[in-house]
Amino acid sequence: MALLEINGLSVSYPGRKGEFIAVDHADVTIEPGQIVGVVGESGAGKSTIGNAIMGLLEPPGQISTGSITLKGARIDALDADAMRGLRGRDISIIMQDPLTALNPLYTVERQLVETIEFHSKLSENAGRQKAIELLDAVGIPDPSVRIKHYPHQFSGGMRQRVVIALALSTEPSLIIADEPTTALDVSIQAQILDLIKGLVRERQVGVMLITHDMGVIAETTDHVVVMKDGVIVEQGLTPQVLGSPSHPYSRGLIASVPRADVRVHRFASLQAGGKGGSSLPKIDVATHWIGQVGAQNETTSDAPVVEVRNLDVKFQTVRSLLPSKRRYMTAANKVSFGIKPGEVFGIVGESGSGKSTVAKVIAGLLEPSSGHVLLDGRDLSAPRDEVERQVQRQAIQMVFQDPYSSLNPRMRVRDIVAEPILLHNLATSKDEVESIVTDLLGLVGLPKEAGERYPHAFSGGQRQRISIARALATRPRFLICDEPTSALDVSIQAQVLNLLKDLQETLDLTMLFISHDLPVMRQMCDRIGVMYHGTMVELAETEKLFTQPQHEHTQTLMSLMPKLDILSSEGVEVAA
Amino acid sequence: MSDETLGSGQSSVPQSSARQTANDTGEVIRSEPATALARFFDSDIWYSFTRSPVTIVAALLVLIILVASAFAPWLSPQDPFNPATLNLLDGFTPPMEANQFTGSVYWLGTDDQGRDIFSTILYGSRISLFVGVSAVLLAMIIGIVLGLVAGYRGGWADTIIMRIADVQLTFPSILIALLVFGIVRGIVPPDMRNDVAIWILIVSIALSDWVQYARTVRGATLVERNKEYVQAARVIGVKPFPIMMKHVLPNVMGPVLVIATIGLALAIIAEATLSFLGVGMPKTTPSLGTLINTGQDFLFSGEWWILLFPALTLLILALSVNLLGDWLRDALNPKLR
Repeated sequence: MALLEINGLSVSYPGRKGEFIAVDHADVTIEPGQIVGVVGESGAGKSTIGNAIMGLLEPPGQISTGSITLKGARIDALDADAMRGLRGRDISIIMQDPLTALNPLYTVERQLVETIEFHSKLSENAGRQKAIELLDAVGIPDPSVRIKHYPHQFSGGMRQRVVIALALSTEPSLIIADEPTTALDVSIQAQILDLIKGLVRERQVGVMLITHDMGVIAETTDHVVVMKDGVIVEQGLTPQVLGSPSHPYSRGLIASVPRADVRVHRFASLQAGGKGGSSLPKIDVATHWIGQVGAQNETTSDAPVVEVRNLDVKFQTVRSLLPSKRRYMTAANKVSFGIKPGEVFGIVGESGSGKSTVAKVIAGLLEPSSGHVLLDGRDLSAPRDEVERQVQRQAIQMVFQDPYSSLNPRMRVRDIVAEPILLHNLATSKDEVESIVTDLLGLVGLPKEAGERYPHAFSGGQRQRISIARALATRPRFLICDEPTSALDVSIQAQVLNLLKDLQETLDLTMLFISHDLPVMRQMCDRIGVMYHGTMVELAETEKLFTQPQHEHTQTLMSLMPKLDILSSEGVEVAA
Repeated sequence: MSDETLGSGQSSVPQSSARQTANDTGEVIRSEPATALARFFDSDIWYSFTRSPVTIVAALLVLIILVASAFAPWLSPQDPFNPATLNLLDGFTPPMEANQFTGSVYWLGTDDQGRDIFSTILYGSRISLFVGVSAVLLAMIIGIVLGLVAGYRGGWADTIIMRIADVQLTFPSILIALLVFGIVRGIVPPDMRNDVAIWILIVSIALSDWVQYARTVRGATLVERNKEYVQAARVIGVKPFPIMMKHVLPNVMGPVLVIATIGLALAIIAEATLSFLGVGMPKTTPSLGTLINTGQDFLFSGEWWILLFPALTLLILALSVNLLGDWLRDALNPKLR
């Protein structure tokens, strides 16, 4: 008998403008000891299925049709009290954010022992003994000491281990893991996934693993369910679905995943037949406004456009009038590199490695503690001359990470894109501004009408396109992209990366590309610098870095990349 | 609502070159009504307004008082400020009763001077509302500017502004208003006092009230200035002052509007309090507070209507404005409910 059976489940949210159907007639089965992955892009309804199983649908959401059966008993119509008992005992949950899943006011011991006592009627001592065993099982060193600690005394990965211990503490038969590793660095993600995999086999627990990440699916799951817009488009054994997907949506989704093993020419597009050559509109760069960059661009030598020399950035963590009492945190330590004209230079590193700090210093958002940033050989921090400073600002632009906060929600898109043009007096008349804005929007793939709207009318990918149009509006020569696609779904990421590639080639941009995602870096960058704790530990050509990583940390990062060998190679064009 | 699908499918996008990439995205840009008015009636704010009967009643009451005081010269049966129209024999006429000497009937009665209470209330609400709205606007301007500077600049500017605000908060605001009122009145020559009384009142209420705007704006600014659109403006090269005005200010106005609405009720009450204490509007141009002050002299001699009706008007006005403010807070921030 199957552990969990979902039959024809529909979840709907009645709203002001009609009913919104989040899940539409879904069928899923989970066996004991099996990991079933639910994969899909944002809004596909994958988390809604998990919440429906646990009876945690946010009102006014409701199960409109179908049944959920756990170990042969219907659980979809249980009342709140019965559901609460079930939730701790039979179904456990692992949330995305380990920081908010634990109560910061209580020690780990109190939270674990309380849960065990409540559900299993063990004595306090036996409960504590069991808690220590669990912490040991999830790989926390010195469990008898660590159990006395508060959540803030654990690192992110360790905290997620505690959350897993908490989820296992009631010996559930089903665990729902909703994006359990999304908030973690790659190196920790791999460990957590291994841990979940091992524990599930050993304890014969069924797991529903909800994620947007194909790598996680490929590495961890036995069975995979692909969702789109609330509908399950395909499901089956993981190697089979990923290796030879039958539905066009799954095929496109898999082809959009950045490959770490080969460099592709372009990412395949999700739309059927939408792949192939450059999709940029034909704008003659030689004659168009966008091509008329100032005279200083004439230098055709190989001298670096941007050069960073011995950059140090320190943040004061303890303020004091007395210099001896001040404490500093070093975000960047003696970082040096140069970026040649037309090159895409990548910086890769885990969170807190200082990669964004370096970008902010180059963009002029942060003052370095020491060291220099040079643009065309001239020091960026030296001139206090406002005119020259504005010229430099015009040459360096930035695309930000979060599409939901990088556009002013109170401004129309055309005003957002026009602002840099007006500020730097790059156009002679209002009509010219308007036509440039239209061309820029066209260049990033948005229709003219988009200019009349406010940012909230656009999806994440479209917003990122607007962000790129705004950055291009100063006619920059140097574009900084700080994790430009980390907040986007994989198919949208493919489109935005294609766009950036096309723009870089067409406009001959020099680019600094910052990411934590090695497969993306391989597709985008010519050279890559690896940062670790504020220091640049390795700098090499992309191909060389991937084939012969020199530094120990680079080798670790490489070995932790999700293995995507089983993914179908259909629709992937390998670059010459 | 019809969802036109811009940039997807075969919709007629004028720029044929742009269409191809738009197809590539395969995404739909949500459409919205064209005119600002249509957008307002489509908004969640309007929707939540139509679903709250208490708010509708409060809004109607405020609207009635606003219209009545705006058109006071045309609506009131008598000009209470023109001694020529008054008849001392009409004094102390109870509501809806014929005067024992003249036989005149007044809806809400008359005061000791023979002034029609209904007319004085219309004129009095006019002054109360004018003082309240002006004081709130002035307090808002002071608070927003100082709050923006404190929040965006940080450092010593923040420290100085917010410490001043902290010190001011240790005094009751009515004391501050009395203090300002006393000082300014001392400076003004005696023969001008009655003419400038209304302006002194506005300034003293505003100066006692700017702190909450400054604090709210500073807090919201601290959040907004770390968002990436502000960083993007800095990278483009926009100067700090235009960033504050064009980018930060429109995004911090939501909470400011909420406290401004609730602040309006408080300002009207503050005006009434000051006038009641005899330091606000002079008896020749009475506000609601002055009327209540006049009325209490006669409360214990049986002429209850002179006090009751202005007081009731003040109560309804302050309560309605407050209810509107509460609704606006909930509508702008549904999670608070």
